[in-house]
Amino acid sequence: MTETQELEQLVQREYKYGFTTDIEQEIIPPGLDEDVVRMISAKKHEPEFMLEWRLSAFRHWQTMKEPEWAHVHYPKIDYQALSYYAAPKSQEELDADAPESLDDVDPKLLETYEKLGIPLHERAVLAGVKGANVAVDAVFDSVSVTTTFKEKLAEAGVIFCSFSEAVENHPELIKKYLGTVVPQGDNYFAALNSAVFSDGSFVYVPKGVKCPMELSTYFRINAKNTGQFERTLIIAEEGASVSYLEGCTAPQRDENQLHAAVVELVALDDAEIKYSTVQNWYPGDEEGKGGIYNFVTKRGECRGDRSKITWTQVEAGSAITWKYPSCVLKGDDSVGEFYSVAVGNNYQQIDSGTKMIHLGKRTRSTIVSKGISAGRAENAYRGLVHIGKTATGARNFTQCDSLLIGDRCGAHTFPYIEAKNASAQVEHEATTSKVSDDQMFYLRSRGLSEEDAMNMVVSGFCKDVFNELPMEFAVEAQALLAVSLEGSVG
Amino acid sequence: MALLEIKNLHAEIDGKEILKGIDLTVNAGEVHAIMGPNGSGKSTLCHVLGGRDGYEVTQGSITFDGHDLLEMETEERAVAGMLLGFQHPVEIPGVKNIYLLKEALNAKREAQGLDEIDTFTFMKQVRELVASMDMDDAFLHRGVNAGFSGGEKKRNEILQMLLLEPKLALLDETDSGLDIDALKVVSEGINRMRGEERGIILVTHYQRLLNYVEPDFVHVLYKGKIIKSGDKTLAHRLEAEGYQEILEEAS
Repeated sequence: MTETQELEQLVQREYKYGFTTDIEQEIIPPGLDEDVVRMISAKKHEPEFMLEWRLSAFRHWQTMKEPEWAHVHYPKIDYQALSYYAAPKSQEELDADAPESLDDVDPKLLETYEKLGIPLHERAVLAGVKGANVAVDAVFDSVSVTTTFKEKLAEAGVIFCSFSEAVENHPELIKKYLGTVVPQGDNYFAALNSAVFSDGSFVYVPKGVKCPMELSTYFRINAKNTGQFERTLIIAEEGASVSYLEGCTAPQRDENQLHAAVVELVALDDAEIKYSTVQNWYPGDEEGKGGIYNFVTKRGECRGDRSKITWTQVEAGSAITWKYPSCVLKGDDSVGEFYSVAVGNNYQQIDSGTKMIHLGKRTRSTIVSKGISAGRAENAYRGLVHIGKTATGARNFTQCDSLLIGDRCGAHTFPYIEAKNASAQVEHEATTSKVSDDQMFYLRSRGLSEEDAMNMVVSGFCKDVFNELPMEFAVEAQALLAVSLEGSVG
Repeated sequence: MALLEIKNLHAEIDGKEILKGIDLTVNAGEVHAIMGPNGSGKSTLCHVLGGRDGYEVTQGSITFDGHDLLEMETEERAVAGMLLGFQHPVEIPGVKNIYLLKEALNAKREAQGLDEIDTFTFMKQVRELVASMDMDDAFLHRGVNAGFSGGEKKRNEILQMLLLEPKLALLDETDSGLDIDALKVVSEGINRMRGEERGIILVTHYQRLLNYVEPDFVHVLYKGKIIKSGDKTLAHRLEAEGYQEILEEAS
């Protein structure tokens, strides 16, 4: 079977799922035209402005070409073969093709959960076992957790809800901010997302408010099965601050092959947004079959003076990752930071990095990128540091390190620097190293197993980034790396 | 029963035979020095004993504390009580020294069926050892050997030995690159490890270390064979006369 056929089959499978449902209205047949966009908007009961916004994005998308510059290879995607809307499935529908119990789940997956230290009762949910959501409600009492949590946030004036709810309840904020950081026509995938996005998160932190807790998608269990074209918008008003955690450290079952999400962050004067991601979508098997295409546009705008945006990411999953969380530093003295660990094993392909666009005076940015390649993975860092004419006294520091495990993988670095203001200071440091036999022998001679030795070297390599992760996340990220690199030694 | 018994050991790397029939017996409580000129096979012997990949044992046997050593992985040898002190200790950037110490100690405890050591006890023990090696606590929080001077690296090896309390310590040119003060500190560390239940093998070029750590036996390794063995006076002779005379005498 060729890869194209295989992809088609995956696409077909999705289509098939759609048609197994009895209620015809629940799913839109494959294909994409204006009617489909209208239908999505209608199903979500969106106001007129939202529909118009989607339509103009769609029209733009039609004029665009899929980008080919990334250092990744995949069979052509037939966008007309995808289905663009599936209403959140009911529990019975979810259960129809779910495993009966943990005994029916792939033992390999369970083994992974165990290594990650996922509690028993959570494993069932992650594996999509029948009725597990109910169990989780019982065990976690997630309803009450969510409620307490929402009350606390409401007291502080923070809005945290699904994107659809925000469109319904806070249309003025959506109108004001949507697409102002990532314009509809920004790139091919962003345009597609703008036309057909399904749901996502919305966060609004009013003036002067420090969000009283870390916001996490973990608290949005209800937003499951909406991941394919996710849309997230986070706004921090003057002097506000918020830390947002995205993702889950366990590999989730996911039927969608193509993910094209958009995340927009807006920081006004003196505001601070910290956005942390741990991404671990299905990477495909050891042979490179299957896996998610993760084509994501993430961008933050430091719109106000002295504002700060920090992206921290641990990218371990997906067959193909195409992702450049960026900062537009408009406000004077604003700060952009990007800390990244991207790990690829087997046949994974990663083309990731960041863009730091300096426009304001004395803007500062820091980029620390750690790429790890094992197996036959190809890992590319692609970064742009742009110092605009107006960015007097801007500074950037970039450190870009690659670690190779074995001799069949690849690491590539594509740093671009554009400085249009002579007062700017830009520093770039890059290293490439291999996990050496000497290091392995040394650690093993101290009693560490081969795997533990490898994990120690790798986590040492990633230390600068892990230090930036919220504490709890850092521990999980370390466990995740260990699992991702399994089988890469010996 | 001998702690370590090497019989007719032949080993090669990339098809080239380096060790050509070594016999050596080390009992608990003994300190042996293995001396020899460059290229005689000293480091190869250490690597073979440590179980490094790439070295092939073509003949002979090694028994360590009742185990068939050649059947054991490097880490199994370590937790069974063998410690290899490196000639060139390896840098592990980003990994705190104290973290490696704790992992290594716990690996050994696990093999002995003990629980992980509690942090309080561990810290107390490590701090005492660090002080005894004339080192600063800050050293524990630096990356393993990363940016260490030659002397610091060697002190670190001895620190690991003191903490892990091996049955057999195999120290490969621990004296190289040390100034006289560091040599004294390192030697004191080794002397503290001498004891009834422990064997020590010092692999060295020079007699210098042996002024501070007196060996019970001295062996001369040449072209992959031990050509002469004796007591500490052999080391003095080597120092005074050089290898040439001994080599001629042996052949």
